[in-house]
Amino acid sequence: MAFTDEQLERYSRHIILKEVGVKGQKKLMAGKVLIIGAGGLGAPAAMYLAAAGVGTIGIADADVVDLSNLQRQVIHTTDDLGKPKVQSAAETMKAINPDVNVVTYEDFIAANNIADIIKDYDFVLDGTDNFPAKFLINDACVQAGIPFCHAGIIRFRGQLMTWVPGEGPCYRCVFKEPPPKDAVPTCKQAGVIGAMAGVIGCLQAMEAVKFLTGAGELLTGKLLTYDALTNTIRTVNIPEDPDCAVCSDHPTITELIDYEQAACDGLSKDDVAEAAAE
Amino acid sequence: MATNENYTIADTVDITDVVCPVTFVKAKVAIEELELGEVLSVHLNDGEPLLNVPRSLKEEGHQILALNDNEDGTYDLIVKKNA
Repeated sequence: MAFTDEQLERYSRHIILKEVGVKGQKKLMAGKVLIIGAGGLGAPAAMYLAAAGVGTIGIADADVVDLSNLQRQVIHTTDDLGKPKVQSAAETMKAINPDVNVVTYEDFIAANNIADIIKDYDFVLDGTDNFPAKFLINDACVQAGIPFCHAGIIRFRGQLMTWVPGEGPCYRCVFKEPPPKDAVPTCKQAGVIGAMAGVIGCLQAMEAVKFLTGAGELLTGKLLTYDALTNTIRTVNIPEDPDCAVCSDHPTITELIDYEQAACDGLSKDDVAEAAAE
Repeated sequence: MATNENYTIADTVDITDVVCPVTFVKAKVAIEELELGEVLSVHLNDGEPLLNVPRSLKEEGHQILALNDNEDGTYDLIVKKNA
């Protein structure tokens, strides 16, 4: 596969890099990344991965664009209000880079569909904002052996980690079980700075780029945390749990689980759906 | 073209029709297609390309074997793939 002159120019800043080069750009163009959630985290990740020329980008979200999303979900614009998020996201990605093959899944990710959706991808980004979805994505990716990057944001804080088979702990090694319902506020209840979604979503895109090109080190065995108020970025080593319920050699979780969603007081069904797709 | 008999040119690339950074990008793409030890001839303009492209190729670990002046404002840079 030879580059066209237009591709040479579009990707010139990648190709110049010793760590990427022609081979790395070809790996990006052959790469398949699934982004679960076309919200705050998924928006910048999808835009940068499309711009980078990632060959196939899947995007999953059941929600439509709401006015309250636009403070941080920069892939959607005011003109997109009421539109399915996956459609709006796909339009923006195609506008940035028509070469990218975008696959949309206008659906809630659940125990009964996730395995079928993730199976075609090289790398998965968790851009959801609720614990049931995060544990589901972890368990499904571990069971299928598909590398993924977890992230979460709230208020002025964010975190992320990457899991690759055989290279360190999974999300469940570290966090075990979802917290009790309503013990932890969603970002709808607690608030979040829009730029935090940008920072952490971009770090997720960076993990995908490093994974696909093989450049540098991934955040495997490490949890990166960012506190914007104190300008603190920490990378904490996290150990594997030899008795992990899902990734150890004697797992006790062998079927996927749909944990109960936090029942937010006063939230409609649509509101809960939105929270699930952050 | 090359006057030195110590090397055999495996491929040539013309970067006189493009500007920075595509000059280096085209040279880099061409050299990445070669096997280690093979030699590329890069046809380039005087000025900015002459200043930057040889330097960038050296930074990537390649070896400049010769620079032949075509005396028409263009040069042929002879590079051995070392990385």
